[in-house]
Amino acid sequence: MPNIVVLVKQVPDTYSERKLNESDHTLDRESADAVLDEINERAVEEALKIKEASEGEVTVLCVGPDRATDAIRKALSMGADKAIHVSDESLHGSDMVATAKVIAAAIGRVEGVDLVIAGNEASDGRGGAVPAMLAELLGMPQLTHARQVTVDGSTVQVDRETEEGLTHLEAGLPAVISVTEKINEPRYPSFKGIMAAKKKPVETLTVADLGVDAGEVGLANAWSTVLEAAPKPPRTAGQRVDDEGDGGTKIAEYLVGQKLI
Amino acid sequence: MASSAAGDPRDFLGVDAGLADEERDIRDAVREHAGSNLAPHVAEWFETGMLPARELAKEFGRLGVLGMHLEGYGCAGTSAVAYGVACRELEAVDSGLRSFVSVQGSLAMFAIHRWGSEEQRQRWLPGMAAGELLGCFGLTEPDAGSDPGAMRTRARRDGSDWVLDGTKMWITNGTVADVAVVWAQTDDGVRGFLVPTDTPGFTAREIKHKLSLRASLTAELVVDGVRLPADAAFPEVRGLRGPLSCLNEARFGILFGVVGAARTCYEAALEYTLAREQFGKPLAAHQLTQRKLADLVVEVNRAALVALHLGRLKDAGTLHHHQVSFGKLANVRAALEVARTARTLLGANGISLEYPVIRHLANLETVLTYEGTEEMHALSLGQAVTGIPAFR
Ligand SMILES: Cc1cc2nc3c(=O)[nH]c(=O)nc-3n(C[C@H](O)[C@H](O)[C@H](O)COP(=O)(O)OP(=O)(O)OC[C@H]3O[C@@H](n4cnc5c(N)ncnc54)[C@H](O)[C@@H]3O)c2cc1C
Repeated sequence: MPNIVVLVKQVPDTYSERKLNESDHTLDRESADAVLDEINERAVEEALKIKEASEGEVTVLCVGPDRATDAIRKALSMGADKAIHVSDESLHGSDMVATAKVIAAAIGRVEGVDLVIAGNEASDGRGGAVPAMLAELLGMPQLTHARQVTVDGSTVQVDRETEEGLTHLEAGLPAVISVTEKINEPRYPSFKGIMAAKKKPVETLTVADLGVDAGEVGLANAWSTVLEAAPKPPRTAGQRVDDEGDGGTKIAEYLVGQKLI
Repeated sequence: MASSAAGDPRDFLGVDAGLADEERDIRDAVREHAGSNLAPHVAEWFETGMLPARELAKEFGRLGVLGMHLEGYGCAGTSAVAYGVACRELEAVDSGLRSFVSVQGSLAMFAIHRWGSEEQRQRWLPGMAAGELLGCFGLTEPDAGSDPGAMRTRARRDGSDWVLDGTKMWITNGTVADVAVVWAQTDDGVRGFLVPTDTPGFTAREIKHKLSLRASLTAELVVDGVRLPADAAFPEVRGLRGPLSCLNEARFGILFGVVGAARTCYEAALEYTLAREQFGKPLAAHQLTQRKLADLVVEVNRAALVALHLGRLKDAGTLHHHQVSFGKLANVRAALEVARTARTLLGANGISLEYPVIRHLANLETVLTYEGTEEMHALSLGQAVTGIPAFR
C-alpha cells in the first residue's frame, strides 16, 4: 500500500510563445497559456499505476502561483486522491535549491511517504536537479531518469536511461524517483474523474505554514541570477537546391562544404 | 486556456469565461480527444460513409461522454452546460459525431433513465455509458415524420407478451445498435419498448445515398412479429410525451453543438482569407471579405451566447420546451448561414473535402431537419407567442 507523493508543476504551454519578464528576468506567466507539464502527467500516470496495482494513496504536491490550481485539478481528475498547493508571493523567482527546500518541507506534512515521483526536468526551467536535491534533503535514495519503475514490497527497481546507456537501480523505500518521457502514456481525465476532482481535498499552504524561513526563498535569495536575456534570433532562410537530376550530388557537395560529411 | 481576451477569434465575446472550472476541464478533455482521435479521420469517414462505430463508442465511453449529464448507472452526472459544451466541441469536428453521442446519450439512454424500470436501467445503462452497448431511437416512420402521432408501428398483447409490427425510418445507429428504443401504438396510446436487436423479426438495413451526415450510420428498421416479454415496455409513460421528452434533451445538445460547426467554418474562412492573396493582397484585406467575416463572428458568438443561456436555464430546471425550439431554430439557422458564407470565402476550395466547410454545410442540412424541422420549431414558437397551435 504505497503512499505516493507526485510533484507537479504548471508551466507555459510549449506550443505558445514563452518569454521572460523584462524587469527581473523571471518567467512571464501572463504571456503564455499555462498547463500541467507533460512530464508531470507521466509522473502522475506512473503513481496511479502503482496505486492501482497495490491500493496506495496518491498526493499531488505543487509549488506555484494561485492559478496552478488548474494543473492540480488536472492531476486530481486523472485520479490522484488529494493535493497540497504551496502558494506564496515570496516564492516568486526562487531557485532550485529554495524550491527543493519548500517541497521537502511540504512532503514532511504527508505521513508515511513511501515514494516521491517527479518528472526528470520541467519543460520551462529545464534545470533537472530538483529531484536529486530533494532526495538529499529528505535523506532518501534517488533513482532518477527512470524509464521503467517496479515497486515490489519494500523495494523499488528502476531502469535508468541516460545517453551512456541503461542502468538498473534498486533501493529500499522510501525513495525519490524521477521519470523520463518514455515511462508511459498518460491517460486522459474522464468526465467522472473531472467531476470527482471537484470534491477532493486540496490543502493550500504558505511558506510560513511550512516553517520555511522567507529569507531562504524568492528571487533576492537565489544562488544564481539571470543578468541578461535575449530572444532567440529568427531562423534564417535555408538554402534551396533545385533538383535538375543532380540533386543528390548537390546535397552531398553542400554537406561536404559544411564539413558535415 | 485563457479565453477571456476580447478578440480571441475562437471565443470573441469570452463566452467560455462564464463556464465553471469543471465545465472548462470537460471542454479541454473533449478538444484533446477530438483533436487527436477524431479530426484526423473525419473527412475519410465522411467520404467513405463508413464509421468505426464500436471503437468510437468505447473511446467515448472511456472519456465519459455517453449519457454524461445523467446521474448514476456509470454516468458522470455533469451539468447540462457541460453536456452542451461537449456537444459543441464534438460538432466542431462533425455533426455526425455529435449525432452519435446525442442518440446514445440523449435519446436512447435518457429514455431508459427517465422512463425505464429499475431493472431496465440496471440492464442497459452501465454498458451504454461505457460504450460497450449501443442504443438507437426509433420514432420516425416512412409515413410519419413531423407528425409522429400518425405512426403505424403497433404493439399488441399476446398473453403477457407484446408483439410488434412496423417500420422505422432514418434511425441513427440502427445497424450497430444492441438495443432499439421503439415507439409504437398500443390500445393504451403510444408506448416505448426496449427491443434487443438480436430478437427474431428485427432487421436493420443501412440507408445509402445520403449526401449529408455521411460520418453517421442511418438505418431503416423493420419489426416483423417481434415478440417481447411484458417487461420490455416502459412501465409508466403513455402518449407522445415519452418520445418528445427525449427529443427535447437531444435538441438541447443540438443547439449547443451547431455552435461548434459554425465556429469551425468561421475559423477555416478566417485562416484561409488571411493566407490567400488576390489582387495583390490577402482576401481578408478586402472590405467585402471583412464584412463577411464580421457577420460570421456575430452569428457564431450570438449562437454561443444563446446556447450558454439556455444551458443555465436547463441547469436551473426552468428551461421550457418552447425555449429549446427557439435555440434549435435560431442556432441551426445561424450555423447554416455561417457555413454558406464561409463556403463562398474559400472559393473553389469551399467545395472540397480537404477543408471542413462543405462537409459542415452538407451536415447542417440534416441538422435543420431532424429533431423537429425548422418549420416545426417555428410553429412551436408561433404557438408560444400567440397561444394558437397551427400544426394541423
Ligand atoms: C440523417 C438523419 C438521421 C435521423 N435520425 C433519426 C433517429 O435516430 N430517430 C428518428 O426517429 N428519426 C431520425 N431522423 C428523422 C427526422 O427526425 C425526420 O426526418 C424529421 O422529423 C422530419 O420528418 P420527415 O423527414 O418525414 O419530413 P416531413 O415531416 O414529411 O416534412 C417535410 C417538410 O414539410 C414540412 N412540414 C411538415 N408538416 C408541416 C406543417 N404542419 N406545416 C408546415 N410545414 C410542415 C416540414 O417542416 C418539412 O419541411 C433522422 C433524419 C436524418 C436525415
